Amino acid sequence: MNALAIENLSHSFGSRQVLQNVSFTVDEGRMCILLGRNGAGKTTLFSLITGLYYARTGLVRVFDMAMQANPSAALAQMGVVFQLPTLDLDLTAGENLRYHAALHGLPTELSKARSREELSRLEVLDRIDDRTRALSGGQRRRVEIARALMHGPRLLLLDEPTTGLDVPGRRALEQHVRDLCRERGIAVLWATHFLEEVAADDDVVVLDRGRVCWTGPADRIAPELGVGSVAEAFALLTGSP
Amino acid sequence: MKVDHALRALDGILRREMLRSLRQRARLFSAMVRPLVWLAIFAAGFRSVLGLSITPPYQTYVLYEVYVVPGLAAMMLLFHAMASSLAMVYDREMGSMRLLLTAPLPRWYLLAARLLASVIVGLPLVYLFLFVARFWDVRPPILGYVAVFPALVLSGLMLGAFGLLVSSMSTQMENFAGVMNFVIFPMFFASTALYPIWRLAEAGRVLATIAAWNPFSSAVELIRFALYLRFDMVSMLVVVACLVAFFLAAVTGYDPGRGLWSRRGGEG
Repeated sequence: MNALAIENLSHSFGSRQVLQNVSFTVDEGRMCILLGRNGAGKTTLFSLITGLYYARTGLVRVFDMAMQANPSAALAQMGVVFQLPTLDLDLTAGENLRYHAALHGLPTELSKARSREELSRLEVLDRIDDRTRALSGGQRRRVEIARALMHGPRLLLLDEPTTGLDVPGRRALEQHVRDLCRERGIAVLWATHFLEEVAADDDVVVLDRGRVCWTGPADRIAPELGVGSVAEAFALLTGSP
Repeated sequence: MKVDHALRALDGILRREMLRSLRQRARLFSAMVRPLVWLAIFAAGFRSVLGLSITPPYQTYVLYEVYVVPGLAAMMLLFHAMASSLAMVYDREMGSMRLLLTAPLPRWYLLAARLLASVIVGLPLVYLFLFVARFWDVRPPILGYVAVFPALVLSGLMLGAFGLLVSSMSTQMENFAGVMNFVIFPMFFASTALYPIWRLAEAGRVLATIAAWNPFSSAVELIRFALYLRFDMVSMLVVVACLVAFFLAAVTGYDPGRGLWSRRGGEG
């Protein structure tokens, strides 16, 4: 079953067309990398998938539920980490997680237990009572991922989650999400412009100037385009140096 | 929408508002000091120059402090609503608004919950001010403190809904200086908060007409009458009608298909 299906999605801001007939799917338990340069339309796509923007043209389906027709049911299946940090800096890490849990209707006791469990898994449990203002960039990102997992989503959306992190922090975050994908069978859509974040067994969607210009398994992109690496394939598809 | 889910979300939003409010002590302090400064200094100065005739709901001549306290209570609600509105714009700029708006509940409900939570958080300060005002010989009947509760809630909701509408139209926090100058101050000064309508009419018919049509005046009068155990039906109808109108407009403003969100570009 498709965890996420995007069908002929288009969007514009006034006369500026940002997305044009975007279509692709993310299968259950798979990690899909949405590759695109800055301004390719990745964040707009995330805003449409999460219902922050209304999709006038095209369809977004989450586990066969149309986002436009039943946004609450679709959103209940999603965990989202936005490009911009969305933690409340005046609250502690634990309070941020419990606030999110309340918005998803989790009972208080379950919410407390889950917040400890998720923060522990991401190795930031020792900061549970610290205000997020006091955390480093990497710790905040991990808290955001823990928060996105609080309600047990089956689809995880991450919009450039490694932006602002150092190389070890990026590697650790990437590994953690891959583990989630493998252990819990969560489908992941990971938007990035860092080509080194693509692994051979990932699925890849290349987005350029609002259009999907390639989609398929990562290990096929280079052979199909007759080049030696994902980086060369990306450069060829997007015309970037 | 399941009832238990909706209630848990409301509880979560209320807790967040309370925690944020308690941790922003400077804001709490200034919210309390502002009306006291008006009462202790402004009202003391005006007491000698502004004679008040018998005006309902008062049944005798009253000191200016007595007249102005309900207006200052409404002012607290107005400033609290605008601070809450500014917090909404801040949340939107900082990104945390996205978390609220992607919760699996109808958007109107999330906005209503946020509005209600904000009013609940603001009310204890208003009550504290009303009790402190007793030191200035502003002593409404004890039952008035009970009777004024629904009036404060309704007025707070109406002003909060107005703030929500303002936040749905504001693209950035810097715009709020303009909101203060062109919306909040005229709304406050061109109302019955500081002077009765007949006083304003002496200054000019236009000003008196504006004050009479100003929904903030209705909020002030609703509070004033309730505090003295009287019921002002017209003010209540105006407040309720404005609450509904402002809230519906704010929900439209936050609608992903029609509001500001859909017209702005993303980051990448």
